[in-house]
Amino acid sequence: MTYQFDFSVLLPYWEQLLRGCWLTVLLSAVSISAGLMIGIMTALAKQSRFAAARIAASTYIEIIRNTPFLVQVFFIFFGLPALGISFQPWSAAILALSLNCGAFAAEVIRGGIDAIARGQYEAGTALGLKPLQIFRYIVLKPALRIIFPALSGQFVLTLLTTSIVSSISAEELTSIAQSIDTLTFRSFEIYIVATILYLTMSFGFATLFKLIDRLYFSYPVK
Amino acid sequence: MIRQFGLPEALAILSGVQATVLLSLIAFAGGGVVGLAIALMRTSERAWLRRCAGFYIDFFQGTPLLLQLFLVFYGLPVLGYKVNPWVAVAIGFTLHASAFLGEIWRGSIQAVPRGQTEAACALGLGYASRMRDVVLPQAMRISVAPTVGFMVQLIKGTSLAAIIGFVELSRSAQIIASATYKPLLAYGCAAVVYFVLCFPLSRLSLRLEKRFAVKT
Repeated sequence: MTYQFDFSVLLPYWEQLLRGCWLTVLLSAVSISAGLMIGIMTALAKQSRFAAARIAASTYIEIIRNTPFLVQVFFIFFGLPALGISFQPWSAAILALSLNCGAFAAEVIRGGIDAIARGQYEAGTALGLKPLQIFRYIVLKPALRIIFPALSGQFVLTLLTTSIVSSISAEELTSIAQSIDTLTFRSFEIYIVATILYLTMSFGFATLFKLIDRLYFSYPVK
Repeated sequence: MIRQFGLPEALAILSGVQATVLLSLIAFAGGGVVGLAIALMRTSERAWLRRCAGFYIDFFQGTPLLLQLFLVFYGLPVLGYKVNPWVAVAIGFTLHASAFLGEIWRGSIQAVPRGQTEAACALGLGYASRMRDVVLPQAMRISVAPTVGFMVQLIKGTSLAAIIGFVELSRSAQIIASATYKPLLAYGCAAVVYFVLCFPLSRLSLRLEKRFAVKT
């Protein structure tokens, strides 16, 4: 084996790689925020009094959880234009990532809501709070606290999933790495560098979530 | 020429299932063997073994599967191994699965009460016998549900092999989509097939989880 590693050819591209990281972080942040909203709404819908809302929520969760993200993003980006709904690559990527993240988050959040004791709801009702207020002030925060570790794991997974949107030519770290690859023919080196960058980002995300956990959810339990 | 989307096209997509299932099984079998070693290392008494396994797991859980596949696919030839795509993706998915299964099984091994290990030690059992006859059988029960859950992840993950040109379910859907100009139908078909593969496993995992949760 006589392969000579040469990372120096990648040096001129450092700005592009940095841009790729930034785009990946941005894409993840937007999708995670939207996904969290979708997740909370879906978890609520699953508890709804209306059967239609419950069925719709379950259907959405099961379809997303049991099909690959690649097929989802292809369906949205290549399939939906046949129905007259077209997207730019980035919009399609954000839509697919948010929907994907939302379905997984919904299941995690539902687990947290289930863990809140019945008495808490009843106490809220006794205090004269409206159902939405009960949900917001009494259920959501303790529920989020319980599930935060699982939820942040899910969010890191969303960060890693963003690499797949390179396949619809949405610009982020992987697609930028691919284009550098075609310019330099240094496939192994560029993907080693990209992998290390992803590792750094997922480590950064995990650290950030731990910090949030400590800041917002470290109040004493009893 | 644009082909019509008919039965032959649907069957062509369906034929991709074979590669998807086979690849998933290979990855699961390979990942199972390596994963067991990783889990045993991770629960070892030697700190350096634990650290090595921890680093291995962190690497695979902290990087995208797609990049892991790229590294194997472009790395093997560079290191002097000319392998066909089957071998490359099989190695890639095996490594990926081994890290995740290793972590799942580490949790299961640690969930077995310490007293069991201590009792086995007191009976004079060596490491091999302690693990084989006492700890692992109990850990296996705990690990069934999350392991089945991971199989769903793995089946979905094999779709990424399509990006490096390996023909399986997603890739055959892609081929048919561009031949017929019916992407909605082609990807819809692929999604249905994946769903049929994954949904029963998801349900099974949930049922097992509930059953073992009651017993333990």
